[in-house]
Amino acid sequence: MVSQLTLGERQGALCILLLLAACGLLMLGAGQNDPLGVHGGIVMLFGVLLIFVVISGYFAPEPGTDAAGRYYDDPSKVGIVLAMLWAVAGFFIGDWVAWLLVYPEMTFDAAWSSFGRLRPVHTTSVIFGFGGNALIATSFHVLQRTTRARLPDQLSPWFVLLGYNLFCLLAVSGYLIGITQSKEYAEPEWYADIWLVVVWVVYFLIYMRTLARRKEPHIYVANWYYMAFILVVAILHIVNNLAIPVSFAGAKSYSLFAGVQDAMTQWWYGHNAVAFFLTAGFLGMMYYYLPKRADRPIFSYRLSIISFWGITFMYMWAGSHHLHYTALPQWVQTLGMTFSVMLLVPSWASAGNALMTLNGAWHKVRDDATLRFMMMAAIFYGISTFEGSFMAIRPVNSLSHYTDWTIGHVHAGAMGWVALITFGSFYAVVPWLWKREAMYSARLVEVHFWFALAGTLVYVFAMWNSGITQGLMWRTYSEGGTLTYSFIDSLVAMHPYYFARAVGGLLFLIGALVGGYNIWMTIRTAEGVKPEVLADLPAPAAARQASTGR
Amino acid sequence: MDIGHEQLVAFAKSFGLFYLIALSVGVLVYVFWPTNKKRFEKAAKTILSDEDRPWQ
Repeated sequence: MVSQLTLGERQGALCILLLLAACGLLMLGAGQNDPLGVHGGIVMLFGVLLIFVVISGYFAPEPGTDAAGRYYDDPSKVGIVLAMLWAVAGFFIGDWVAWLLVYPEMTFDAAWSSFGRLRPVHTTSVIFGFGGNALIATSFHVLQRTTRARLPDQLSPWFVLLGYNLFCLLAVSGYLIGITQSKEYAEPEWYADIWLVVVWVVYFLIYMRTLARRKEPHIYVANWYYMAFILVVAILHIVNNLAIPVSFAGAKSYSLFAGVQDAMTQWWYGHNAVAFFLTAGFLGMMYYYLPKRADRPIFSYRLSIISFWGITFMYMWAGSHHLHYTALPQWVQTLGMTFSVMLLVPSWASAGNALMTLNGAWHKVRDDATLRFMMMAAIFYGISTFEGSFMAIRPVNSLSHYTDWTIGHVHAGAMGWVALITFGSFYAVVPWLWKREAMYSARLVEVHFWFALAGTLVYVFAMWNSGITQGLMWRTYSEGGTLTYSFIDSLVAMHPYYFARAVGGLLFLIGALVGGYNIWMTIRTAEGVKPEVLADLPAPAAARQASTGR
Repeated sequence: MDIGHEQLVAFAKSFGLFYLIALSVGVLVYVFWPTNKKRFEKAAKTILSDEDRPWQ
């Protein structure tokens, strides 16, 4: 990998890593009596380890001038492998906390293994570890193909990918030792947040620099979605994490906002994280890999532009639906509710656009599990955006809020939409990137599909039942005007659903393990690589050539 | 100038309406502008090309 870097880039990498290791040492020294010291150690180790990697390839011959005639895919490849590792780890922790709710005594009397610490490890590993790496990896791939231009340099993509993973590592390790700023999906403390800003700015610059070099004048719609994801996540991250550290030698900081302003900022961030991290970026993935895999142009390119602007401008205002019946002014709640309902239009436009693209090619969906992953993702996207709009309506929210229905909704989106579109895209892009004719085993893709679908359905149905039961029990009054059920009664009623949910999660985890194995074997299996496939052709084209014997 | 809560609310409640309508109209005009039709059709089709090298 280092061999693809020019000598100047290798030196640049060493400078950055030395600086990083020095920062780690500084944090280690300053934070001796604070959890910050542990993170200093992690940062330093991370830097030193990579210094060794760079040195080991430092004296390799420089890449030739012909590199300009190829796309630069090494960071995408590593990103996909990292995404699969985070997926397996994140799903495993997720299933662990699911079982923890079934058997609450399973904490081994340790602080790190309590639900409150393990749950953010799950959410961060899955959203940021799995989702983020998948977005970075695929965005570099899509960006180059749709602009017909190579990435501007070889160092900055590595900085983004590895720097981002350092952020994720700091996040999850921090939760276990009790570091959190208690903002959902924005738990990491100030120093990790600052680091992410640096990484993210470089990420955005890579996008802009590649676009500036583009050979294809029209910027394909997938890039718009990816750019919205990068730009808006930067804005959200910076504003929501405005905080003042208690001391530069400690991890703890206090938010600049207080009270309901803090809550509003947090849910403006939180809902737009769903919108721009978990939706816009993955729509970018869908708008590229789905037409590509189906070998059909998107049903309506116009519709894709309309839904792009609809999604970017309407999602911004939907966050306040998380704060119905709170101290937030009523009109702000109503605003969030109204925009959430309107969002159904651009959301269904995208879901419909994807399904209409496949209309007329259902035989491909039947035969190709990869395409079926993408189709099922579009269906779940349609379902969960409808559900989300519905749940944002204030009276509906009075039943659903604080119940497992919310958990079910989130997982219909995260498992059914985000994970399925990612797996589908991975199965499409892995043979392409590693120059194979197809995945190692088409049958294992099929196995993964059914495990993933079964797991999602079991999970979502369990949580729908659980949530509505819970919500109804909390609001059932006796004739005397008192609550009919105690809180513990509702917990007892939840038990079977929690069990079912944990089983659903386990099925999903098994599916991901099968997928990881399949991807690994595809990478490992060098046999069957044909010379014409080596000529940088995407997999479907190569397969077509092989079958027609051209 | 000192902006009070009332003024801010009045601004937020009115301005948003107009700029979002303007944005919607702008997007629709751009999308349905007759001369853009070819461009969009071409954009949708060219990604399907099997060529996998940067253009020089």
